[in-house]
Amino acid sequence: MRHTDRAISTAVSAETIERELEEGLDRPPDAVARYALGLGDDALILAQRLGEWIAHAPELEEDVALGNIGLDLLGHARSFLTYAGSAWGLGEDDLAYFRDEHEFRNHQLFERPNGDFAHTIARQLFASVYFDALYRRLTSSADPTLAAIAAKALKEVEYHVDHSVQWVRRLGLGTDVSHVRMQAGLDAMWPFVDELFRPDPSAAGLEGVAVPPEELRDPFDRTVPAVIAEAGLRVPDIPAARGGGRDGMHTEAFGHLLAEMQVLVRQHPGATW
Amino acid sequence: MADEKRVWALAATVCDPEVPVLTIEDLGVLRAVHVDSGSGADGAERGETPVVTVEITPTYSGCPAVDAMRDDILSTLDRAGYRDVTVRTVLTPAWTTDWMSDEGKAKLEAFGIAPPAPRGTGGRVGLGLGIRCPRCGSLHTREVSHFGSTSCKALYVCQKCGEPFDHFKAH
Repeated sequence: MRHTDRAISTAVSAETIERELEEGLDRPPDAVARYALGLGDDALILAQRLGEWIAHAPELEEDVALGNIGLDLLGHARSFLTYAGSAWGLGEDDLAYFRDEHEFRNHQLFERPNGDFAHTIARQLFASVYFDALYRRLTSSADPTLAAIAAKALKEVEYHVDHSVQWVRRLGLGTDVSHVRMQAGLDAMWPFVDELFRPDPSAAGLEGVAVPPEELRDPFDRTVPAVIAEAGLRVPDIPAARGGGRDGMHTEAFGHLLAEMQVLVRQHPGATW
Repeated sequence: MADEKRVWALAATVCDPEVPVLTIEDLGVLRAVHVDSGSGADGAERGETPVVTVEITPTYSGCPAVDAMRDDILSTLDRAGYRDVTVRTVLTPAWTTDWMSDEGKAKLEAFGIAPPAPRGTGGRVGLGLGIRCPRCGSLHTREVSHFGSTSCKALYVCQKCGEPFDHFKAH
């Protein structure tokens, strides 16, 4: 029996993937799992950063908004990591809590410290536009699990784009102080943008399954500079950072983030509440 | 088939923990029910336990209410004598507020939450349609924040009666 007239083609979620792996089904090839791991890490680490804002945002509505966005990202991370882990007999928690810095594959942009609110909004603008472009393409992946996660995530990421675009305008066109601080936020995050579009070793050789990051530069460049200009701000002219997140190289700030994210489960294995 | 209808009806009594006036059927979260009564039509008479699978879909990827809904479905069916029950969460096709029943929308409005408008099929619409205040009925309302008390709601304020209210956003 089904709800309304819509058929359910395939069943995909963290729990379903986990169960099907027990039955020996739907296990991704190692290369697909490594690609999914990078996508999961991007969403997980940005979710953790956004969670740090709760109770610290400039206004209550922003506590709620950044918390909601982080929760969406955490949902994406759970799906990607469960799928990736199924190739190696690992669960989402094994991957989130029991890997060390060099084993994470997230881009460095997502681990950048929150800074002030404008820094976070600049990071959100770059991240959301990137995710929007990525998931839009990933919905036609030849891997049905990746396509399903992307289709679900895309609807949510559209809200995240709106949220950051509105704030960039508001701060850029607001007071002299908000304008200066928004520009400083863009300048601080800009060096980490380039890495998003560099060739990704985990996407190589997965034609039709993975989205080559180089293809995402164009949609990013069609959106972000226009948003910045509309807000009366400047597109930064700052050299790119060294990058290397997809190869397990991270900035100093990342270790501190992991320490906070992992301490409880490592000190009290099996704790529940 | 009779069994599937019965299980569906039971599962359909489970409510959203965050919006307790809505059942998971009203929300469109309850997607499918499968019952395998065992070997042959007389399986039940021979004391075989029917194997039940209930499929639900999350409203948003990170929605924590899914766990509570799953537990509630299991306990509801357990009380009705179904012991072998699996609740599967499916992501595709992605949930949309267009699956919410008209009855559900009416219940939401009566509860003080402005219901979602139809999404349509033509992609994104940049124009914000007026959201009606569930208290005074005025269309003179303003979005305070696109993100509200749960993933599925936005925060509004009515500029006529001055009351803040939640809007279940079209998704």
